[in-house]
Amino acid sequence: MTAVLKVENIRKSYPSEGEVLRGISLNLNKGETKVIVGPSGTGKSTLLRCINRLTEPDSGKVWLSGEEVTRAGNPDRFRPKIGFVFQHFNLFHHLSALKNVTVGLTSVQGLKKDKAERKGRESLEVVGLSDQADSYPAELSGGQKQRVGIARAMAMDPELILFDEPTSALDPELIGEVLEVMIDLAKKGMTSLVVTHEIGFANSVANEIIFLDGGVVLEKGPPEEVLRNPKEERTKQFLHKITELYGE
Amino acid sequence: MGFFQYAWTILPHLLQGVQITLLMTAISMSVAAVLALLLALGKMYGSSPIRWFCSAYIEFFRGTPLLAQLFIVYYGLPVAGINFDSFTAAVITFGLNSGAYQAEYLRGAIQSIEAGQVEAARSVGMSFITAMWKIVLPQAFRRVIPPWSNDVIYTLKYTSVAFMIGAHELTSQAKIVAGEYFRFTESFMVAGIIYLIMVYIFSRSLGVMEKRLKIPGFEMRE
Repeated sequence: MTAVLKVENIRKSYPSEGEVLRGISLNLNKGETKVIVGPSGTGKSTLLRCINRLTEPDSGKVWLSGEEVTRAGNPDRFRPKIGFVFQHFNLFHHLSALKNVTVGLTSVQGLKKDKAERKGRESLEVVGLSDQADSYPAELSGGQKQRVGIARAMAMDPELILFDEPTSALDPELIGEVLEVMIDLAKKGMTSLVVTHEIGFANSVANEIIFLDGGVVLEKGPPEEVLRNPKEERTKQFLHKITELYGE
Repeated sequence: MGFFQYAWTILPHLLQGVQITLLMTAISMSVAAVLALLLALGKMYGSSPIRWFCSAYIEFFRGTPLLAQLFIVYYGLPVAGINFDSFTAAVITFGLNSGAYQAEYLRGAIQSIEAGQVEAARSVGMSFITAMWKIVLPQAFRRVIPPWSNDVIYTLKYTSVAFMIGAHELTSQAKIVAGEYFRFTESFMVAGIIYLIMVYIFSRSLGVMEKRLKIPGFEMRE
């Protein structure tokens, strides 16, 4: 079986911060959900951005279902297949919720307007926002915005979705509704790679937790192992802090 | 002949000028809008010679007097064998001039759109050009409406400068009738009132347009 996503030895450095990613590798099979945790500044977001090449890695390779993303001159054709959900939602301000979801379908996949709308409405229904199709981003709560963000990624029928701290910009009482949608997707077999501090989420749906620190994978394994019996002292410290902050 | 009677008498002549003034404004603003888009994008995303050219262009047209530019186009270019009638020369000059200003407004508006908008557009697979066209420019255009409408009003009034090269717009018509009747103050007062009315109608309709294009939460005036 070919992995949906294969990441091999990704490295990235910035002039100001030095080497942020120091050789990261990981695999994601179809239907798996993997969660990346780790202190801030360890390159978790950079790693996700390197996968769809919003940021170009310095070296290393990324494959999507056997095709090398990093070798393509132009990554545009891979991107619809790699959904991306942003920490700050990045909804298109001037478009309604429905248009936010359909603009990619019409302008990238070349779907006709009515077909795109049907598909867009389906996606909004999955995230429970059918009734907000005509609302503009400014009229939505943070949780609703992020659900539109998820619908936008999903509508493109991606092979996997990358979630970049999808709940960290949300008020605590809005986090639940977004996590619910993500859990639902994971259970339906959506392949996802999630950067989050929500240990509860990781515990309930992740096939694997990857602990990133200092630009390397320090520890990884199923949640029960990494969360209950972390091998590394650094992982223990981090998890302790996180549980204090976010609860379990 | 009292003021109102006089105003009534000269009105037909002035209205001929109004037609020219409006036509001049409309054409030069259309030229300017297209030019502004090219200049702004060129200055932001062009290769370095293009960037240099766009910057130099903008600096030149913002840094020299409009009248001098008009004279160069009307009296200077014929020396190089390029001849325009006064109307065309005026439209070209005002278009080129306003384009430089509008380019800067547009550039500011484009830069005010957060990078996240382009990233999100690229993440669903849009090319840079599609992302600009579908996501960035529709937002930037909304933000640029207020400064652009100011520029339309400036241009509407600056067309009066074209009387210096004998284009028959409103000011030049006022000057002609003033000379005929030898009533300068009153003639230019009537012309002034007509300018005032045009600007008023114009800014009101822009206000309406701004309202119609308004999107909840998307601020046009920052």
